[in-house]
This record gives sequence, C-alpha cells and structure tokens, in this order.
Amino acid sequence: MVQMNNVTMVYDNSDVAALDNFSLTINEGEFAFLVGPSGSGKTTIIKLLTGEIRPSDGKVVVNGFNMSNMKQRKMPQMRRTLGVIFQDFRLIDKMTVYDNVAFAMRVVGATNKQIKARVPHVLELVGLEGREKRLPAELSGGEQQRVAIARALVNNPTMIIADEPTGNLDPVRSLELMLLLEKINEMGTTILVVTHEKELVNAFSKRVIAIDGGHLISDGMDGYYSYEME
Amino acid sequence: MKWNKYAYLIGEGFRNIFTHGFMSFASVTIIIACLIVMGSFTLLDININNIIDDIGNQNQILAYVDETLSAEDASATIQTKIAAIENVADVQFVSRTEAKENFMEKYDKSLMEGIDDEVFRHRFVVQLNDLSLMEETQSELSEIEGIVKVNAPLDYADKFVSVRNVVSVVSLALIVILVFISLFIMSNTIKLATFGRREEIAIMKMVGASNGFIRCPFIIEGLILGIVGGGLAFLAQWGLYGALQSKIAQSLAISFVTIVPFAELWPAVLGIFLAVGVGVGAFGGAIAIRNYLKV
Repeated sequence: MVQMNNVTMVYDNSDVAALDNFSLTINEGEFAFLVGPSGSGKTTIIKLLTGEIRPSDGKVVVNGFNMSNMKQRKMPQMRRTLGVIFQDFRLIDKMTVYDNVAFAMRVVGATNKQIKARVPHVLELVGLEGREKRLPAELSGGEQQRVAIARALVNNPTMIIADEPTGNLDPVRSLELMLLLEKINEMGTTILVVTHEKELVNAFSKRVIAIDGGHLISDGMDGYYSYEME
Repeated sequence: MKWNKYAYLIGEGFRNIFTHGFMSFASVTIIIACLIVMGSFTLLDININNIIDDIGNQNQILAYVDETLSAEDASATIQTKIAAIENVADVQFVSRTEAKENFMEKYDKSLMEGIDDEVFRHRFVVQLNDLSLMEETQSELSEIEGIVKVNAPLDYADKFVSVRNVVSVVSLALIVILVFISLFIMSNTIKLATFGRREEIAIMKMVGASNGFIRCPFIIEGLILGIVGGGLAFLAQWGLYGALQSKIAQSLAISFVTIVPFAELWPAVLGIFLAVGVGVGAFGGAIAIRNYLKV
C-alpha cells in the first residue's frame, strides 16, 4: 500500500521541483499504471517508493513504513516488502537463473531447504522451468525479464514496482509480460507499472495515473491512457 | 538458520576471489610489491643500525689504575666496581706487562728497548652498552677509588651517534612515505576492484540486503587476499634477504659487514607482513564499498 501526501521533491543540484505537492494513494491488491513523458517525475516517484531518495517535503508511506523519517537501518526491512523490476533487468551476469532468484532469498536469511522448495515453484510460475542452469546472457530479453520478475516475487512481496519493464521487449513479449503481472496481481500482490507505452496500457482495463511536470494530470479507473503527452 | 547464513557469506567471500580472478591477482600483487618495498627498507635500516652499533662498540674506554696498586689488588677491588656501572658491557684487566707487549706488537719493537715495564700503568679496557652515554660513564669511572685517569674517545662516539641518528631518521621518513604510497596504491586497487561490482551491490540493496550482509563477503575476500599477499611477500622477502646475504659474504670488498641473520628477524617480519596484509585487505574491502552502501 502506498500513500504520498503533499510530496515535494527538489534535487540538490536543481532549482526545479521534480514533484510539486504531489499526492497519491494505491491500495492493497490494486493494479495501476503510472504514465507520463520523460522528465515528468515517474522515476522520482519510484526512487521515493524504493527509498533511494527522501522527499524534500510531505509524507511517503510504503507498506506501513514512513519513508520520510525512517532510519536508514530499517531500509532493508522495507525493501523486503517490495519487488522491483527494471527495464534493464539488473541480473547478476555471473549467476545462473536459479542463483539470481535464490540470491534474493539468501539475503533475507532463508535456509537452503526453503530456497530449494520455493525457487523452482516461482520459476515455474513465470514459465522458466528447465532454464535454471542458464546464465542471463544465454536468455532472450523476455526470459531475462521473467527472471527479474521471479526474483521480485520470490520473497512474497506485498507490492511489485515495475519501472518500464517492457522497454527492451518486442510487442508480443511485452503483452506476455503484462499478462504475467496481471496473473501475479490476481494472487493478491499490488502492482505498479511505470510505462509510456500507450497501446499496452489501453489493452488492459486498469487504473491509469498520469503525471507531467511533477503534477498529477489524471487518475482514472477507465483504463485508458487518454492524456496526450508526446 | 544463522549458521546457514554465515556459511553462505564465507563461501561467497572465497567464491568472489575466483569469480573476479584478475582483480584478486592485481590486489595480491600490489600487496606483495608494497610489503617487499617497505620490508626491504626496514631490514636495511635494521642492518645499518646493527653495523653502526658493531663499529661503535669497538670503541673502548681506558681506565688507568693508580701506580701504587699492585696488579692483584687492582683486579680484585676495582674490576667489580667497574662492572657494576650500568652502561658497562664488558671490562677486562690489562697489566702493565701485557700493555707493553701489546704496544710492542703494534709498533716498532726498537722503540721500547731498555725501557722498563713501569712506564706503563695497569689499566681496564671498558666496553659500553650505549655509546651516547660515554661522557657520563667516563665521569662515573673517574670517581672510582684507585682510578687516576680515564681516556674516552668522546668525539668519535659523538660522530657515531650522530651518523646512527641520521640513518634512523632518514629510514623512518622513507618508510613512512612508502607506507603512505603503498596505502594509496592499495586503496585504489581495491576501489577499482569494487567499482566493477557496484551493480551487484545495487542489486543486493534493492532486494533488501543489509549493509552487513553486503560487506561481509568483501571483508572475508580482503582478509584472504591479505593473508595470501602477506605470506607470499614474506617468502619473497626471505629469498631476497638470503640472496643478498650470500652475495655480501662472497664479496671481498664488503665481507667484513655482518648481516643480521634472517632467523632472528623472521617472526617479526612474518607477523608484520600478515598483520599489514590482513589489515589492508579487510579494512580496504570494507572502506572501498562504503560509498556504494549509502543508498
């Protein structure tokens, strides 16, 4: 669950507010698209939600953690409630598919027994059974993104944040990936997808939050990316 | 569960050494090179000090005995008093007959023909522990009853002390400079090694790894590389020292120089090399990734 109240974010090296008195609520179990052109403030929102930066003003609460005044040592605990997926996959090149996913479990102190039981199950869920021993470089872009999803999913996060997850994929793989995220959402995980792919957003009847210049432009449940930004 | 985690972290530390083989090799090589340079200068300093001490210790103070005392009385009463002085390393009694014989051995015998032993005095040849305290020892010897004159080569002693002090200061300055240069090179090598892994660290942070969890394999890796580097540097230093020692022994020109045997030095050399290797490796590893942990 995400709650942003009157959030303003001004970076140290800039006079312009990346987010200006911005408010947003995403409830548990929701599936929402966050859309907007380059420089609109999408990345700033992601960074605020993942704890990479702290707001200049206002309140940000993620899964019960108040990010505005939370101690840095609490950050790992907060991040364990999130699964994050990036456009460039961010897999560890020297680790196999299995190890990339298992790694996220080791970080939270899971036993070998728990890892052996959980990782194959998640890899099967994202359609990567039989690919366990491959290295990321031996997989297609779509498969690499599935590994990233499996890694995000393996610790049962409350919420998955996907930052332009289809940016490096062709339309068919993009659609497959969104269907996978929809399936994960149906199992109860909150999903926030940051994208600027109009066709993809319009193919799903989900909540669409549009921002530009650090302001909320529209927030509709009709599932259409109606605001013309390009 | 905890053991499982520790076993994983230690295993990761070992695995990282091989996964990033080239950087591991570079780090160990730099540690070895820096330790050998520092070690060689330190050993050179130790040997120079040793040689100077040896030469210095050959300087003797001569304490002449009152003419009225017989050889037996002098050696019986005065010798123990001299030996009791703190700075005295060794004392030997030389009778006037022996003194004459020594003189004749050294100079033209014809000079002493017809001259009686009585011209010479009984004397004590005194060697000191610390050359810089020669003046104080000279006055202490003068105060002993039965000693009438004390000859001490004070100028000579002063010069030796000055030379030794200059050598010590220059060596210390060089060692300090080399330590800083070595630390700079080592920290940059470690930074370079960790720079290539910043993505990996960012991924760890993203999935919720604590700073301790991320840092631990780096420290273990640094610790192992430090031990390996320190150990190999010790072996190389040993080899170099031995080679130099045998070269000096074979050389006619400088064969008089006594080199401190490595057997006397190796425990300290090994201890310091391992400590520096471990310290630089472990702390270097922890400090180098500090910037990447601030997210």
